[in-house]
Amino acid sequence: MNQRRKFIKTSALIAGSTLLNPYVLPKAFATGDDVIKIALIGCGGRGTGAVFQAFDTGYNIKLVAMADVFRDRLDGSFAPIFQKYGKDKVDVPEDRKFIGFDAYKEAMKEADVVILTTPPGFRPDHFAEAIRQNKQVFMEKPVAVDAVGIRKVLQASKEAKEKKLNVVVGLQRRYQDNYKETIGRIQDGAIGDIVSGQVYWNDGGVWVNQRTADMTEMEYQLRNWYYFNWLCGDHILEQHVHNIDVMNWVKGSYPVKAEGTGGRFTRTGKEYGEIFDHHSVTYTFEDGSVILGECRHFSGAHNRVDESFQGTKGRAYMNAGNRGQLWDAKGNSLFEHDGKGNRNPFQTEHDELFKAISSGEYKFHDTDYAAKSTLTAIMGRAATYSGKVVSWDDCMASELNLMPDKLGWSELPKSLPNEEGFYPIAVPGKSKMI
Amino acid sequence: MKLNQIRMVLFGSFLLVIALFGFRLQIEPFEPYDQKIPNTDLSFSMVPIPAGAFIMGTPSEQKGHQVDEAPQRKIQLDAFWMGTHEVTWDLFELFLDKNLEIGISTKPLSHQVDGLSRPSTPYLDMTFGMGKASKPAVGMTQYGAIQYCRWLYLKTGIFYRLPTEAEWEYAARAGSNESYFFGSDANLINDYAIYIENSNKTTSTIGSKAPNPWGLYDMLGNVMEWTGDFYAAYEDDSNQNINPKVVSEQLYPQVLRGGHYESEAEDLRVGRRFASDPVWKQLDPQIPKSRWWFPEAPFVGMRVVRPLKVPSESEIHAYFDRVPPADF
Repeated sequence: MNQRRKFIKTSALIAGSTLLNPYVLPKAFATGDDVIKIALIGCGGRGTGAVFQAFDTGYNIKLVAMADVFRDRLDGSFAPIFQKYGKDKVDVPEDRKFIGFDAYKEAMKEADVVILTTPPGFRPDHFAEAIRQNKQVFMEKPVAVDAVGIRKVLQASKEAKEKKLNVVVGLQRRYQDNYKETIGRIQDGAIGDIVSGQVYWNDGGVWVNQRTADMTEMEYQLRNWYYFNWLCGDHILEQHVHNIDVMNWVKGSYPVKAEGTGGRFTRTGKEYGEIFDHHSVTYTFEDGSVILGECRHFSGAHNRVDESFQGTKGRAYMNAGNRGQLWDAKGNSLFEHDGKGNRNPFQTEHDELFKAISSGEYKFHDTDYAAKSTLTAIMGRAATYSGKVVSWDDCMASELNLMPDKLGWSELPKSLPNEEGFYPIAVPGKSKMI
Repeated sequence: MKLNQIRMVLFGSFLLVIALFGFRLQIEPFEPYDQKIPNTDLSFSMVPIPAGAFIMGTPSEQKGHQVDEAPQRKIQLDAFWMGTHEVTWDLFELFLDKNLEIGISTKPLSHQVDGLSRPSTPYLDMTFGMGKASKPAVGMTQYGAIQYCRWLYLKTGIFYRLPTEAEWEYAARAGSNESYFFGSDANLINDYAIYIENSNKTTSTIGSKAPNPWGLYDMLGNVMEWTGDFYAAYEDDSNQNINPKVVSEQLYPQVLRGGHYESEAEDLRVGRRFASDPVWKQLDPQIPKSRWWFPEAPFVGMRVVRPLKVPSESEIHAYFDRVPPADF
């Protein structure tokens, strides 16, 4: 009875919104028996994982198209998806496997919902196209690698809101219970106003893919994308954006300036492209509060990936291992989150997105905070690369465009190796990176 | 003349055998020893666990008894050495990161060690903020633990492996038939184990509490330890009561033992069995999921054993070459 009433209410809402809105919702799934078609753009391990999570929501989902620049990556993603979910769920015949730099446009046309999981450099163009095509979106963080990309994403975000297209971004701490519980209490004033903090992603680094003789420069940079800024943005974006986003979430605002230091100390080989192996950035907020963001890829050194904050009445600690704790100014525990049996936040993102989509609800617009947290990381990178103080406004207005002028297998990225295969590295005090 | 030559050859061979045998005896008395990692200043210690028999499992009247700990049966085991301590990050990280190993080695790596398949670099912080120096390595899969043994074998020439479940319980009991190796008084746990009441929810540096009577530290608590066995019901079958071992092609569940820093007293009992769980990989956002890491098992660690009777080369290779099925 209850369910029936809810169903009617939902349908009425959709009808209403369609009348009021110049844009028609791409498709309403209020009846629950329409298939939700999804397309995967970017067939790496994370994209494949995201498709699994979409299926595991239990909604009536069908994968209908896939796109990647590499055939072998697409095949390597299709195989486990097909093996696990079978032909009823996975309907991707040869003519809906799209390969190449423009493959995403074709794949999107086939779907209601698109999963954007390429390296981050492509995200602004892919997201803008998805919104242009009226698609609902799950996309991974970070959402761009430079301010030009951020502005494109923010513009598309505006359009997504007008069109009432749900967008969930893979900053999964926003969907993780310990963070929601702890930050909710901070925002209710449990430890007063936040005056300082320290957020870290210090660990041993990630994978490397070696160059082989048959690769063009474009292919090599794509295969080893973590180490090239036009694709990855440096690890201060690719990983540390998680902690930076927690900082912004806790503050409820964005820093007005950044200054910092960084460089390459332990990871100096040519296979590590052009990114730094450490950044330490001081972010200052409008209210004068100061938060340190530090990220480091030093193998063998101490690891630390977590967030701490100090308020006028106490302090807070959180990490991705379901920890969340608050203390008063004297060190007495005020709150400790019970992490046992907590939901997997990667799954929760999809559960909530597809629940909204299947009931025709417009509920998620993660894009703005994701874009602004990404810009916060870009601002940190600009500070460590240049050695200068970088303001939010200057960073947001930056015309630095890292994307190659043209994409193609024989086209050249902007950062190129010297004769020994080493890439130019930013030198603080000399380099301009804004 | 010819006879003399033969005699000399025979005598020479005899001397050679004596020399080799003597050498063997010299380096392999069944005593405690330190295993150095060649070309580094790292080592770990091993203690001898004598051959013997014990009653495996627990009686139903034991406080905290679980049904999978029965039926009790008498088990006969051959002798082995066991690591005095849980494997630390200091050691495990050398295996994890070839560049780090090269960095602290005084000589180039051997061809085999250089070409060894090593764990994928985890995307997440696998120390879970609990630290590295002298802390137990955590979060590795059973496959990762076995491949660490392969690395040790290639480095040292000595066959190390995971204990069987029976070996683990035998060593942990150290002759005791009670709930713990120190008897059945749970009030004494604080002297011997890192667990929920004294851990502050984190692992401790190895050996911070007293050892068991056989010189093994942290057998109970700190981190759960991998065994090489598949988790199966006990069967009292006289054919299987000598050096029992349970192997399966299935990925889950495999047996871990010993409880950990967040365990309650009853879960630290020497007879308590734990089974690996696919949920420990749910936070791995990639597909296929890593065959090396459990991003939600900061309480899982390992300890090595070395059988006194060395298996054949082909048995050793079969042990190391077993590749688990892909994990979705």
